[in-house]
Amino acid sequence: MKRRTILKGGAALGLASMMGGKMALAQGLEKVKAGFVYVGPIGDGGWTFQHHQGALAVQEAFGDKVEIVWQENVPEGADAERVLTQMALSGCNIIFTTSFGFMDATNAVAAKFPDIKFEHATGYKRDHANVSTYNARFYEGRAIQGHIAGKMTKTNKIGYIASFPIPEVIMGINSYYLHAKKVNPAVELSIVWAFTWFDPAKEADSAKALIDQGVDVIASHTDSTAPLAEAAKTNGAVIGFGQASDMADYKPSPRVSSIIDNWAPYYVKRVGELLDGTYAQVDSWAGIPEGEVEIGEITDAVPADVKAEAEAMRDAIAARTYHPFTGPINKQDGTPWLAEGVTAPDGDLLGMNFYVEGITGEIPS
Amino acid sequence: MDLGGINPAILIASLMVASVPIILAALGELVVEKAGVLNLGVEGMMIMGAICGFATAVITGSPYLGFLGGALGAACLSLVFAVLTQVLLANQVATGLALTLFGLGLSSLIGQGYVGIKPPLTGTVPLGPLADIPFFGPVLFDHDWMVYLSIAACAAVWAVLKYTRLGLILRAVGESHDAAHALGYKVVRIRILAILFGGALAGLGGAYISLIRVPQWTDGITAGAGWIALAIVVFASWKPWRVLLGAYLFGGITVLQLNLQAAGARIPVEYLSMSPYLITILVLVIMSSGKGKAALNAPAALGQNFHASR
Repeated sequence: MKRRTILKGGAALGLASMMGGKMALAQGLEKVKAGFVYVGPIGDGGWTFQHHQGALAVQEAFGDKVEIVWQENVPEGADAERVLTQMALSGCNIIFTTSFGFMDATNAVAAKFPDIKFEHATGYKRDHANVSTYNARFYEGRAIQGHIAGKMTKTNKIGYIASFPIPEVIMGINSYYLHAKKVNPAVELSIVWAFTWFDPAKEADSAKALIDQGVDVIASHTDSTAPLAEAAKTNGAVIGFGQASDMADYKPSPRVSSIIDNWAPYYVKRVGELLDGTYAQVDSWAGIPEGEVEIGEITDAVPADVKAEAEAMRDAIAARTYHPFTGPINKQDGTPWLAEGVTAPDGDLLGMNFYVEGITGEIPS
Repeated sequence: MDLGGINPAILIASLMVASVPIILAALGELVVEKAGVLNLGVEGMMIMGAICGFATAVITGSPYLGFLGGALGAACLSLVFAVLTQVLLANQVATGLALTLFGLGLSSLIGQGYVGIKPPLTGTVPLGPLADIPFFGPVLFDHDWMVYLSIAACAAVWAVLKYTRLGLILRAVGESHDAAHALGYKVVRIRILAILFGGALAGLGGAYISLIRVPQWTDGITAGAGWIALAIVVFASWKPWRVLLGAYLFGGITVLQLNLQAAGARIPVEYLSMSPYLITILVLVIMSSGKGKAALNAPAALGQNFHASR
């Protein structure tokens, strides 16, 4: 047999196996190995904890047909690429990267492994056919927190511990402020940028700085329970909210309510689609109506009427009769953004890089 | 008295609190390095102190025993380092880095059952009317006892290194282990004791984070404080009072920038956020570039293993 024939044969064989692979995908996979990349530790009690709950739900739902693997504490940046490549090489069929900062790494690795599905949380880049993005409408939950904050503050100073100046965080700040302002025109918002997702000591220091300034309602957009621990030191004078996870250990006060990220339905759905062959690239952005964002129990530290109003808002959002960004809303510099009765288009929200009118200070660049 | 809406008394009081873990860990590392050992495992020992202290305090209900437990837990971890580097002569840099990774993992394992639990609270030291003095009251007389301990530890380390025979022996071992050995000092034994002391102080620092500063347990709660402590030792050119200064400077800028933000000062946040690290790097560069004695102040035998073969 000549060498050329062998090569031809090999090529044909390769082609056949590729076709075989394609066929198998169309019919779904026999078994899926799903990888999860976390920015913090599972024990953070917040963001990463909730993603891991979602991963466990996938295991629960499919049993033997799914194998899950995960990596905690993956730094955002070049290191993430290494971790992703390793996961891809170890036979994962689908990889979920669960922080905004993994965006470029996810797309870079996805280019090298076209047969593996990549799912990036909270990002907007889908450079390749095998990259999907998914996010939750956290701003819907922020609206309810803002309402409670505006009603509950005695000093008329409310605070927000922000992580990084990205649209997702700015959306949360705007929604929180708008709804506090609506019920309490005298309210002032102090924002502290911690420039970290997870650093309990720094998060606690941020909360302390806010409290020292007279703030008595604190919302946080970082991953740990430290801001609540700091608020707990004030014996009920300062309240806050559970972020990403219920943080029920701080009930009934300082934690008076919470935003719970419930990723389980999405993860189960996507892995299920991979198993039954209906998987397709998506850009998913679900919120309270779909159950991806949940509002944790509003405790008795909140007066009954405020609680009822907050729950009514939650139900209105769930029924899609109320959008937290409904005009008239002006930008910080006074230029109009949304006219009377107009709701914000998703594109505006996903690229949001401005404060709404009334917030002082500048967004760090 | 207000500076840009910030009360300086509260600011100074908070920076003193924020700096305690770094001061304690850096003092411990300073003693270790003075004995000629480079232990890069500070972060690992701190987090072990954080979880061991937390667990002890929760089980016994006493924050004081908690601190003791934290110091012991971290000292046990440092014993691993001591045996590996002093007895088995392993590379100190590699062993120290491994110690950090090991400590982070082990603490996470021990901490499984402690997430979401609140530890017994540590009160402030009751100094009666002193705490009511304007300005000086909140700055000096309204702290928990660990704040005072961190300053006292600084003074003690300084005095022992400078004035006592023990300090002289320790420095001799760190400057030239061969000479110290020739004089009849037990180099390895002294170094092991120094490592244990360093571990215990790092553990106290870690326990301070999990018991007082953020009274809770969370995986990775130290979030890099150990590395800052290591940098502060060099920043301080191995002098105890400069450790205090360096840690207050670092803690001060961190707290100040958060307070400025909360007070709504119009300042570029991203630069302020970087500034503590920038200043540390800057000082390190300046100190090492000069013909300065500062660079020469490093213990001569730092990082070298000793074996009594001659």
